[in-house]
Amino acid sequence: MTAPHQGLVAVVKRDCPTCVLTAPVLAAIPGLTVFSQDDPSFPEEVAGRIYDGELDTSHRLRIEIVPTLIRFEGGQEVARTYGWDRAEWQRLTGQPGLGEGLPAMRPGCGAKNLEPGILERLKVRHGETGIAARRIALGTGEDEIEAMYERGWSDGLPLVPPTEERVLRMLGGTTRDPQEVIGEVPSDLVPATIEKIAINAVMAGCKPEYLPVVLAAVEAVLDEPFAMHGVLATTMYVGPVVVVNGPIRRQIGMNARGNALGQGNRANATIGRAVQLVIRNIGGGRPQEVDRATLGNPGKYTYCFAEDEEGSSWEPLSVERGIAPGKSAVTVFAGYGLQGVVDQKSRDPDSLTRSFAECMKAIYNIKLAPACDAMVVIAPEHERTYREAGWSKARLYEELYRLTEMNGDDLLPGALGIAEGGPPSYAGRRIGKFRPGGLMIVRAGGAAGMFSGIIGGWSASGERGSAPVTKEVRE
Amino acid sequence: MSALLDPTSERSPTIRPRLGRPDRLEGLTIGIVDISKPRGNIFLDQIDARLQERGIATRRYMKPTMTRPAPLPLRQQIGTEVQAVIQGLAD
Repeated sequence: MTAPHQGLVAVVKRDCPTCVLTAPVLAAIPGLTVFSQDDPSFPEEVAGRIYDGELDTSHRLRIEIVPTLIRFEGGQEVARTYGWDRAEWQRLTGQPGLGEGLPAMRPGCGAKNLEPGILERLKVRHGETGIAARRIALGTGEDEIEAMYERGWSDGLPLVPPTEERVLRMLGGTTRDPQEVIGEVPSDLVPATIEKIAINAVMAGCKPEYLPVVLAAVEAVLDEPFAMHGVLATTMYVGPVVVVNGPIRRQIGMNARGNALGQGNRANATIGRAVQLVIRNIGGGRPQEVDRATLGNPGKYTYCFAEDEEGSSWEPLSVERGIAPGKSAVTVFAGYGLQGVVDQKSRDPDSLTRSFAECMKAIYNIKLAPACDAMVVIAPEHERTYREAGWSKARLYEELYRLTEMNGDDLLPGALGIAEGGPPSYAGRRIGKFRPGGLMIVRAGGAAGMFSGIIGGWSASGERGSAPVTKEVRE
Repeated sequence: MSALLDPTSERSPTIRPRLGRPDRLEGLTIGIVDISKPRGNIFLDQIDARLQERGIATRRYMKPTMTRPAPLPLRQQIGTEVQAVIQGLAD
């Protein structure tokens, strides 16, 4: 039922005390058309009331507050008032004595057509979403989950169907223009719009409030120094590891504590997955195609966690990398897996740092140096040892670089009975396991356990391959 | 019936047929492209020497890094200077 082109229209709902208050007034206005949003029998006083259960009329009339009273002349809206304002109602209706027994003014209530979930459905039905992506109609009886598998959209796990409603809600997570291009996605080098990223974020299982983090992470992996094409195409293990800093970690409920790198937290799990789906679906980067990984690693499903800033005595990773304190940011690192560092006996930082260093020398192969960049994830019970001894993060970096230097003679092919090794020029020299600037330290993990971890990187780390990239999260 | 939004780039991949392999190398100039993988030069030096023994002209090129696609000017240069290319892809 559409609204008339001439005369007065009111929109009300029973679940609104002000609408109930004005019900006798509505009955006293001749020629008024009344639409009820929530109850076909309301208002009882108005015989010709129309039930707008689907809310299409309310949506077309752009109702925000009920009651709303509108005057049309010649098909055009010429006046509107909302809530109960006796003087305004008298002016619109031309009835000077209208509602004399009622208070002069009462605020209205939120219209039902604007309730979360309902507005998106109405916009889809009225073709007002502005979403540009192709609609793929599924056949009657076709299973949505299976249909997505068959189209090759999945990383192997079931996906959330990206309906127009869900994508519209996802886009509500940012104020940015859905058609803004974030970057070019390898391997096909096609532009990634915020809209396309939002579709993949829906499929990954993200909530709308995660979208700014997903966008920052995608922006970071598409930044030239990250060399996403190479990270994708390499035969080595790596994929993007996403570390989140700043207030947004807590706002969206990310896990930085017990099992921070494991399963069980929706934000951690789905943000990392969304980044991978963007590469797969927008960029066309798929395993055994352009992705030539020999083994890959389970983190290529998702690898995302938050730093435990509140528990740390050190500056957050993002601050260390140039982001202002208090700002949210993501850092992406081409990494893989997790190598444990177990040390339950060291009570002084020198001993503990040697433990870290010896474990780190083993990355890839004890004979390979420089090997790759690495991220050291320090558990709270290990960080405590440094804090109590007054070690800054800078001091720990310095000691780790120094303690992971090795005798070049031990790295030559054949040394230690291992054919793998470095070039002859290593003889008689000290060789660093890591390039300068190739280490990152973050704190994460549960309160109990002297168990830290090392995330190894890509052999092509730094300028000749992939360097970590940090981006501020924009709302 | 439900409708889903397409998460892909919505581009149909353009399948371009490869150029036919030359039936002989004599008279051609062969590009030898080092992608900057370790020890790639050892392999390519050998190939280069073998071709030159047969009197076949070669030109050498090098990508700045194996981790990124070759820069466009390099690809264009190769395309205009030689008729076939040999690369060494693995370490």
